[in-house]
Amino acid sequence: MAHELRKVGTSPGVHADERLQEADNPSSKIARFGADHPLRLDCGVDLAPFQIAYQTYGELNAQRSNAILVCHALTGDQHVFNVHPVTGKPGWWETMVGPGRPLDTERYFIICANVIGGCMGSTGPASTNPATGKPWGLDFPVVTIPDMVRAQAMLLDDLGIENLLAVVGGSMGGMQALQWTAAYPERVFSTLAIACSTRHSAQNIAFHELGRQAVMADPEWHNGRYFEKGTMPHRGLAVARMAAHITYLSDAALHRKFGRRMQDRDLPTFSFDADFQVESYLRYQGSSFVERFDANSYLYLTRAMDYFDIAADHDGVLARAFRGIKTRFCVVSFTSDWLFPTSESRALVHALNASSARVSFAEIETDRGHDAFLLDVPEFFDISRAFLQSAAKARGLSGDGA
Amino acid sequence: MTSQQQVLPLSPAIPRGGATTRGDHLLVAEMVAPGSKVLDVGCGDGDLLQLLESRGIDGRGIELSREGVNRCVAKGLAVVQGDADTDLVNYPDDAFDYVILSQTLQATRQPKAVLENLLRIGRRAIVSFPNFGFWRMRLQLLIGGHMPRTENLPATWYDTPNIHFCTIKDFVQLCGEINVKMERAVALDLYGRPLRLNAPWWFWNMFGEQGVFLLSRAGKER
Repeated sequence: MAHELRKVGTSPGVHADERLQEADNPSSKIARFGADHPLRLDCGVDLAPFQIAYQTYGELNAQRSNAILVCHALTGDQHVFNVHPVTGKPGWWETMVGPGRPLDTERYFIICANVIGGCMGSTGPASTNPATGKPWGLDFPVVTIPDMVRAQAMLLDDLGIENLLAVVGGSMGGMQALQWTAAYPERVFSTLAIACSTRHSAQNIAFHELGRQAVMADPEWHNGRYFEKGTMPHRGLAVARMAAHITYLSDAALHRKFGRRMQDRDLPTFSFDADFQVESYLRYQGSSFVERFDANSYLYLTRAMDYFDIAADHDGVLARAFRGIKTRFCVVSFTSDWLFPTSESRALVHALNASSARVSFAEIETDRGHDAFLLDVPEFFDISRAFLQSAAKARGLSGDGA
Repeated sequence: MTSQQQVLPLSPAIPRGGATTRGDHLLVAEMVAPGSKVLDVGCGDGDLLQLLESRGIDGRGIELSREGVNRCVAKGLAVVQGDADTDLVNYPDDAFDYVILSQTLQATRQPKAVLENLLRIGRRAIVSFPNFGFWRMRLQLLIGGHMPRTENLPATWYDTPNIHFCTIKDFVQLCGEINVKMERAVALDLYGRPLRLNAPWWFWNMFGEQGVFLLSRAGKER
């Protein structure tokens, strides 16, 4: 398998061509899997050839015992702790990852791979279909969270990493972390699952369907063939992002941030301009998102989350998914997260208790909603740091007394 | 009082250099066999769990207060947020060697159901609780005419979380009623030191500031 590393640019233009470029030739390390190493997908398709784009930070120790896999969320990517090659913004989890951070790059070897179905270099609908020479579009097979995890396991095999000290993720990343642990318990020493659930709720599926319908209602979507038509379903994807973004926040956070304040005006314009700051903010969120994300990829990844239900793969009994498990768990939820509310985490914890797993569970008080896991929440960092240190100590990693 | 229950003597707790370790914690730790798996119900800030883990015991905890849980998890302990009254039912039978209920029984809504659950989840239970029969409690009610308050139980009657106080005598009676075997029992004085071993029950009930009991299921296994 070939590995390449291209230099990560610092001042990229935000441009569709450049993003399309990232889909096939990402500014990341790449693991390429040929026809002899297909990815067996849940839908029955063997995907081959395919590639995984990933970033690593820190050094793998001689015992290969300090590797931590970070799983990214729906619209995240592998650029955890470096400048993003498309947006030029800092990595998406620089509060959590870095020297002296809970995911300490001076002690751990951090790996993050773009998920299969993504648009930042791992094979997905925006990648070129080798059979046609055109982007896959809707010809790309539907992928699931277990498919993403299977692909990551192939990447780790390729990197020669048998066991992970930890698998860490929030939201869709947390789903992957749980799937990792259920599918490969012997490869995962500890699991930090943040603001997530073992299954996607009806309400969450409903929000995703809203987003997908917004994309598909955009005439520029062209049944997913927009690259060939030279168009982009910007409006549909922006609306999808706006709706989703509301679910990542909370009533209290929106009120604190914007209230009913007006945007650059004192009186209403009696029009449909963005009179309110909150409208202006959402429009900005929508338009900046479409610069960096592929609309078809958004359809596929939301679908993957919708299909996720660990218990369903174990006769409907969640505890069976984790029976006899030795992995150490830390489950974290946030009080104001209504997308993945604490009750979902508690159900997971009950199942883990029933499996006699070693589990910690903390609910963090914050008004910042689901997105709290991406923000500066000191209590969350303290808990994450202590959990990982305790796992490192139990695994016999040196230098963990400090 | 079920006087036929035999109470075995306990090896005296040895105070550690730190001197900050609570007497009842040391006593509880002495009761736990090395290498066991333990659930601490109402583990507070995790001091007892830390003491147990330092002795090579696999400890888990449940704590009601979010602040307590987060402090425990930040110490690297395996603690979950939960309520002894409602969440113990989620644990399978025989999941632990010992289930500890330290200074928490009196704060539960259904102490009897909680006690039964402890001995379902664990092969043994260790229960410690403040003794409301302690002479200073009696004196405050008798002479002062008000609800007793002590250094260890400073809350007023209207904001105390402790809704089910009992005496050592009451507790022993409950153990008899639900067919629980008392393997060891010890009363501690106000400073957490064990009272002399050969004292009669009435003496413990009068001069013990708290009781610590090692319990197991009586008779046949269910």
